[in-house]
Amino acid sequence: MAEHTLLAAGLDAQSEHNEAALIDRIRKGEKELFYELIQPYERSVYLTILSVLRNHSDAEEVAQEALLKAFTHLDQLRSTEKFKAWLLLIAVNEARMRKRKDRRHLYESMEEQAMETEDGEFMPRQFADWREIPSDIVERKEIRIVVQRAVNNLPEKYREVFVLRDMQHLSVTETAEVLGLTVPAVKTQLHRARLQMREQLAPFFGKRWIERLPFWKGKNPW
Amino acid sequence: MVKCDRVLQELSNYIDEDIDPSLRAAIEDHVSGCHRCSVLVDSTRKMLYVVGDERVFELPVGYSERLHARLAQHLGNA
Repeated sequence: MAEHTLLAAGLDAQSEHNEAALIDRIRKGEKELFYELIQPYERSVYLTILSVLRNHSDAEEVAQEALLKAFTHLDQLRSTEKFKAWLLLIAVNEARMRKRKDRRHLYESMEEQAMETEDGEFMPRQFADWREIPSDIVERKEIRIVVQRAVNNLPEKYREVFVLRDMQHLSVTETAEVLGLTVPAVKTQLHRARLQMREQLAPFFGKRWIERLPFWKGKNPW
Repeated sequence: MVKCDRVLQELSNYIDEDIDPSLRAAIEDHVSGCHRCSVLVDSTRKMLYVVGDERVFELPVGYSERLHARLAQHLGNA
């Protein structure tokens, strides 16, 4: 194992240890430590809920409710090392409950399915060469807008898997547990989500390169 | 030996290093000589790099403050 990987694993273990100690102290009455416990996950909870609801004001309200529920039910957390997955499970459940109450979210846009064939197979339409992405690109406002729009445009079942796995960095197994899916289902949906995300983001990085490719004749090369 | 459609089919597993070594070697061999697949793999990795950075998703202004205020009301009564 590379040295940096060992270092990262060590930091993760240290973080889990600190988290377990915090949870123990909160359970014993030091409830003000709850702020410290959730601070690293405030963003994750919000983004996860937003991926279900796609509405900022609803997402904020539900995020507050989810974190309150996490505090109320902290005694029921069995594996303290799985706090993040447990917290995001609460977030997903709260968001889905809100969604069921709100009929506005019952219908997905037909446009969301536009890049899939009838049997659900994804067909890439264009390719972009992103070999020169500046390291600070994620700090640009444009890319933030493009990414948020692209995530919002994913079909719901792909969006939730993609956000938990590729944006919140849960493992495939944790993602499956949070969403109540099988591991193969997560892998399939993740694969399709990644292809769609890549395709949606491609125009942002420029597509004039494609005209220089010898094989390109204006249609899908696949 | 694999072809482009197999690379597309296994792309996600390949990036996650969730395929057996012989298939991985075959894909790498193909990608090294195929511009289309090379771009596909490279651009997907870079997309994941961009979306995996937490800075790419901004929180609403004041989100954390409003959250803590709401929690404080509850924790004060807990």
